[in-house]
Amino acid sequence: MGQLTLGLINGAFYAVLSLGLTVIFGMLRVINFTHGAQFTLGAFGAWMLLHYLKVPYWASLVIVPLVMALLGGLVERLLLKRLYEMNHLFQLLLTFGLAQMIEGTLAVLYGSSGKPFDNPMPGGMDLGFMFMPYYRAWVVVASLVVCLGTWWAIERTRLGAYLRASTDNPDLVRTFGIPVPRLMTLTYAFGVGLAALAGVLAGPIDQVKPSMGSGLIITVFAVVVIGGMGSIMGSIVTGFTLGLLEALTKVYYPPASSVVIFLVMAAVILVKPAGLFGRQP
Amino acid sequence: MSGQANAIEVRDLQGHYGPSHVLHGMNFNVPTGQVVTLLGRNGAGKTTTLRAIMGLLRKRTGSIVVNGTQTMGQPPEQIAPLGVAYCPEERGIFPSLNVRENLLLPPVLAPGGFSTEEVVALFPRLAERYNSPGTKLSGGEQQMLAIARILRTGCRILLLDEPTEGLAPVIVQQIGDVLQELKRRGYTVLLVEQSLDFAMSVADLHCVVEHGQVVDQLSNDDLRAQPDRLQKYLGV
Repeated sequence: MGQLTLGLINGAFYAVLSLGLTVIFGMLRVINFTHGAQFTLGAFGAWMLLHYLKVPYWASLVIVPLVMALLGGLVERLLLKRLYEMNHLFQLLLTFGLAQMIEGTLAVLYGSSGKPFDNPMPGGMDLGFMFMPYYRAWVVVASLVVCLGTWWAIERTRLGAYLRASTDNPDLVRTFGIPVPRLMTLTYAFGVGLAALAGVLAGPIDQVKPSMGSGLIITVFAVVVIGGMGSIMGSIVTGFTLGLLEALTKVYYPPASSVVIFLVMAAVILVKPAGLFGRQP
Repeated sequence: MSGQANAIEVRDLQGHYGPSHVLHGMNFNVPTGQVVTLLGRNGAGKTTTLRAIMGLLRKRTGSIVVNGTQTMGQPPEQIAPLGVAYCPEERGIFPSLNVRENLLLPPVLAPGGFSTEEVVALFPRLAERYNSPGTKLSGGEQQMLAIARILRTGCRILLLDEPTEGLAPVIVQQIGDVLQELKRRGYTVLLVEQSLDFAMSVADLHCVVEHGQVVDQLSNDDLRAQPDRLQKYLGV
């Protein structure tokens, strides 16, 4: 049972991170290899605010994603934007390079061992069949709300319709007078903000360390492939499901727990190359 | 803005698609309130001309003045508010959006366009299929949707690329009726059209395009009086 909550927690992070990757890929056609580092920066941002400025966790939960979104917007405007028309390799080089720079800098400044982050919600409740720490419940609920809120904004609002139409045919959307380049900046900023939010949420669960994002992001890429590139609901459902699947494997056959997601990925690619929720190109 | 004699003035327009030079100095005017066609063989540069006016063709030089404003070097999202809307040959229905979302997607840029009710009255079929995905529509329905959605915007200069291509005669007739209604309301239309019959049924002026240049211009009356004049260009 304890494993199940752990699975849900991991699933929540998979879902929020793959959602950000998917939203960015859908609009920009760029695979954001900086995503893991942006998640790490989110966690470090919250830690730094608490450590140096005594800003409480709950304020960081709002401040850090906003600041990171702003920085993300700058990265898109100043760097990424220039690469859209070029070979995808250049986008990989930029986003991967940025990730290396962020992680390297953090490792130099703070060491690679990790910083403790006090749990802002100590305690928990006894559900009868298991003990549920409050903070873990909060992470799962917050992630679900963020995921479903994003889904609603993209599938049910006018701005979301602009985004979806731009994924299909950006040039035509521009002929209607809609500033697609600005929407792309906002989309990247939003995706980075999501990664940072996940980072802040993750801080108190484990230690804050420079490699926390790169460890997670490899699995998240597998989640995105399984769910189907560009499918919002696909990312959310796949994220939570695979988190649970991983946890269950840990219970029944522990040695396979670190590979089970990749086995699923291989199987999905064989049967449905576009992913479970993806549209066949 | 609409006081201009010419809705669109094109001067020495050069255009490139990648390495190939497609437009070799296009010169023509689209008078406000008239329907003007671009006629010519496939590959003559008609679609490229529409894309250049809309700002979609990235490599373009020369001059394109829309409602008195020079648009050279401007992106599409800044050209549209001058009052131009574009309906591409492939119709451009968004597969991720349902019919209603496709119809309501383009923002209203100026007052005086068709209301949603008027659009639906013009194309009743669309209302019946409001919740279908845009690409589940038939070719004719997709064409209606593509025209319907730009009528709402209040743009009074419409660039239509082969709106009748591959459609059943009944639907061609319906699109002809819509064009007549647009003329009554004083819209300006620049139409790329393969069917000479259709072009002659709606247009005021014809521009013949060959190898990326306008090689002849004739009024609809001229064309009726001397139907042979197009033969040498179109080779029909």
